[in-house]
Amino acid sequence: MKNIELLRFITAGSVDDGKSTLIGRLLHDSKSIFEDQLCAIEKTTKRRGLEGVDLSLLTDGLQAEREQGITIDVAYRYFATPKRKFIIADTPGHEQYTRNMVTGASTANLAIILIDARRGVLTQTRRHAYLASLVGIPHLVVAVNKMDLVGYSKEVFESIVGDFGEFASGLNLRNIIPIPISALSGDNVVERGSSMPWYEGETLLEVLENIEIDHDINMEDFRFPVQWICRPQTEEWRDFRGYMGRIESGSLRIGDEVTVLPSGRTSRVRAISTFDGDLIEAVAPQSVTLLLEDEIDISRGDMIVKSENRPDLSKEFEAMLCWLSEDRLDVRRRYLIKHTTKTARIMIDRIACRVNVNTLEQESGVEVLSMNDIARVGFKVQQALASDSYSKNRATGSFIVIDEATNNTVAAGMMI
Amino acid sequence: MGNLHIISRRLTHLDVLESEAIHILREVAAECANPSLLFSGGKDSIVLLRLAEKAFRPAKFPFPLLHIDTGHNFLEVIDFRNRRALELGERLIVRSMEESIRQKRVILKHPDQSRNAFQSVTLLDAIAEFRFDACIGGARRDEEKARAKERIFSFRDEFGQWDPKNQRPELWDLYNTRVHPGENIRVFPISNWTEMDIWQYIAREKLEIPSIYFAHRRKVIRRGDSLLPVSHLVRPLEHEKIEELSVRFRTVGDMTCTCPVESNASTLEDIIVETATTRVTERGATRMDDQTSDASMELRKKEGYF
Ligand SMILES: Nc1nc2c(ncn2[C@@H]2O[C@H](COP(=O)(O)OP(=O)(O)OP(=O)(O)O)[C@@H](O)[C@H]2O)c(=O)[nH]1
Ligand SMILES: [Mg+2]
Repeated sequence: MKNIELLRFITAGSVDDGKSTLIGRLLHDSKSIFEDQLCAIEKTTKRRGLEGVDLSLLTDGLQAEREQGITIDVAYRYFATPKRKFIIADTPGHEQYTRNMVTGASTANLAIILIDARRGVLTQTRRHAYLASLVGIPHLVVAVNKMDLVGYSKEVFESIVGDFGEFASGLNLRNIIPIPISALSGDNVVERGSSMPWYEGETLLEVLENIEIDHDINMEDFRFPVQWICRPQTEEWRDFRGYMGRIESGSLRIGDEVTVLPSGRTSRVRAISTFDGDLIEAVAPQSVTLLLEDEIDISRGDMIVKSENRPDLSKEFEAMLCWLSEDRLDVRRRYLIKHTTKTARIMIDRIACRVNVNTLEQESGVEVLSMNDIARVGFKVQQALASDSYSKNRATGSFIVIDEATNNTVAAGMMI
Repeated sequence: MGNLHIISRRLTHLDVLESEAIHILREVAAECANPSLLFSGGKDSIVLLRLAEKAFRPAKFPFPLLHIDTGHNFLEVIDFRNRRALELGERLIVRSMEESIRQKRVILKHPDQSRNAFQSVTLLDAIAEFRFDACIGGARRDEEKARAKERIFSFRDEFGQWDPKNQRPELWDLYNTRVHPGENIRVFPISNWTEMDIWQYIAREKLEIPSIYFAHRRKVIRRGDSLLPVSHLVRPLEHEKIEELSVRFRTVGDMTCTCPVESNASTLEDIIVETATTRVTERGATRMDDQTSDASMELRKKEGYF
């Protein structure tokens, strides 16, 4: 089978900047819309007394979204070109639904931040750009949309790109690509169109197809959080004891010396087993079963690493926290943390500073965190966690916070 | 120990999707007290079973298989379901709608009515009977616009209801599996797979599938844009005539509302070629029950349907 890469991307930006319309346009012009889907949205558009087809209806699939003409939660869409397969997450622009934007962003390789050419850079544009940099999305496309409404003006485009660049210089974004587009008429989305001859860069689809994503996964540091212990205890497999999990980063070979954290016990890799046979070497993100030479006590939540390359082991952490819940953070309460495959109690007892998403200023002296706040916090965990900084390793640097009373996910965190 | 393989090649998109699904299955096994896996004998759940083998062998699955039998299933599919469960040596629980109808838990307007929408009642009863806190299903986001909105771990309240406006955030692949007693999580390990991925995976893994997925001659009736399969449940109306065509099924569900498409695809390779060029979605072509209104899937899901 041909080796096709998978690119995950999101659309983000302020309310009504045209995110859903853009996805619709991308699917439509790349011939990824099916006849019955087109038929259905034509009917809905007509029923509302509107002209043509409203392409945003392709992703706004919930009744409430269609009634209100807004996106409430992430919609996932899939399409493929001969070059790549794509998973798109269309995220909502409304501030109220920021947590759904973060949900989409957390697994993306690339973000398209839309800006309405008439309105320029808004608070929500900044918030989403900041969140994209915070969750470490390596590539950012700045799509200045609705160019048809500003006479396809080069000056408008350049001034918005300038404004955005000024704000983004304070962010940690590796790669920023500006494109002027019209999601409504399709210019520079899949087809170049003839309205903006002054733009010589790639179209959006060309960027999506060609951008390099090989280096987005950490291939240096072997990290294997244990998910599940396999002990068949049948006649045939009497002594089998396999440690099942997914290689989150790096690679491993038979014979490598490994250390189990937090216990610190060491052993060697006897076999790397899969349903399809044993392997000599395995790489992230493969799911495998490890067999070790020695009988050591290992359970779910432990992490197997190479002895010469260990993560930090600690009970106290500093992290960036996105508070997602309508209930505020209570610094006197205990919460649960889920980090890799481990769940433990934590106390978030210090708010070092809160980030003002408009100015990127760090505000100190903050006592509470409310929904959508982003802050640097200190916390203590009841058991030691093996972790890396998020900037080095997404998988071992990320965590969620759960409120035991409601069982809700109340925050997303990134180790510093 | 068999032959050793070296990973010289880069991982393909199917490898990545497979590994994601295995990871999800192991998370359910580790964190949920009493999960089950919904197995219908259809292509998506056949893929799920292979993924479960990859996730847990050489041990047994840490959950039973569960089928909600509408009583309107194709015989080939039920045979296949039984045989596959036996081959795998896994426990299969079947709960039937016939029983729910006998107990007046489900009341039909007329006996041949499509039973798809009523499956939720039998499913929720089975969940209560066995106290399942998680049900693993083979739904995919590319199937339908309401499904496109759903989380991989989709929380249901004590009435089995989905609240699409208030879903839990789902970050990275750190899944929050916690529920209070009586509540339930639906887990969709192949959320990110497309119909094409499924066919390519079935071909790659050489999975056996029920024969009705391949082109065969069948008596059908044209109704609207659909071809209805003639059976003891579906008879022609007065002005309709029966035709015999070469067809295959893209999905297999309730016989009264699952329609085949015209096709000569007799091998997996043929099906993959057809899937690449089709202009109609999987459910659009084949499910009468999704065509009744713009939001039929969302409404059914809110009531506890998969
Ligand atoms: N003239 C013009 N209108 C556009 C363009 N793109 C989108 N629109 C219109 O802008 C409005 C909002 O579009 P949506 O795609 O729903 O916006 P959104 O960013 O997805 O909004 P939320 O998801 O609710 O944040 C709709 O009326 C679109 O038709 C464009 O390029 N030109
Ligand atoms: Mg939208």
